[in-house]
Amino acid sequence: MRWGVVTFPGSLDDSDAVAAIEGVLGDPVTRLWHKEQSLHGVDCVVLPGGFSYGDYLRPGAMARFSPIMERVIEFASAGGLVLGICNGFQILCEAGLLPGALVSNCSMSFICDIVTVRVEENDTAFTRAYTNGEVLKMPIKHGAGCFVAAPAMLEELEDRRQVIFRYVDSAGRATADANPNGSLNNIAGICNQRRNVVGLMPHPEHACEKLVGSDSGLGLFRSIKTAVTDAAGRQRESVPSGL
Amino acid sequence: MRARVYVTPKAGVLDPAGKAIEHSLHSLGFGDVQGVRLGKYIELELEASQGDPRHRLDEMCRRLLANSVIEDYRFEVEE
Repeated sequence: MRWGVVTFPGSLDDSDAVAAIEGVLGDPVTRLWHKEQSLHGVDCVVLPGGFSYGDYLRPGAMARFSPIMERVIEFASAGGLVLGICNGFQILCEAGLLPGALVSNCSMSFICDIVTVRVEENDTAFTRAYTNGEVLKMPIKHGAGCFVAAPAMLEELEDRRQVIFRYVDSAGRATADANPNGSLNNIAGICNQRRNVVGLMPHPEHACEKLVGSDSGLGLFRSIKTAVTDAAGRQRESVPSGL
Repeated sequence: MRARVYVTPKAGVLDPAGKAIEHSLHSLGFGDVQGVRLGKYIELELEASQGDPRHRLDEMCRRLLANSVIEDYRFEVEE
């Protein structure tokens, strides 16, 4: 399979995503400049972390209008797999590909830390390599990672099992102390209704090798890879919708 | 002509910035402050020749200047 990693002006972790995918997973990556008008046939699009457009106005508010995003929205609407990491998650929410929004951390400070998150649903193309309830260790580095949504939407997200990752302590409990930024319901990552778009604030691309402290992020990329290659095996033509 | 746009957090949305400011004001001795919401003020200079800008301003707010999930907006036009 081929991955696409987008670079917006101000993206920082695009190269890290490429390094994880090419270097650790061993898959080819097409780098996509934000002005491109084509996804060049990639099987999964990654919107990376960073400070696109300086986070001006709101994080992701302007990146969502980059020319490449029209293709990404089209791709997602057709069932293509899209992964948004940190700023990428913010961009997906701004673009309406994911519900809710990310606002300033409740502490009002930028947090650079290692967190533990629990895999809530392993029936998605992004989490099938994990077991339900598995606890992962990943870095976070963000100033606006507090996930919010209207009460009715929050209830819907929980009812429809769209919460994919939740901040927990090392014992796997979703406590207030385990929540680094005040996200409602300790939500660290969600998917859309169709389960083909996922956004998360922690950085799996920085947790793909034990050398850097954790390789629990690798499962996310492996999941996507097997989902795409399985689907390609079953059906050559169109992109899988969700799992 | 000039337009002034006010973007404010929707009622009921978590506003960590407002909360932080409220606490700071309390620390400074302004205990009578019972709530703070932090918003944005945006000034735009518009070409006068394009007629009534209100419809277009509304679109600018809806598409970019405000995130309708978490923000409300209002604007004023000054000839």
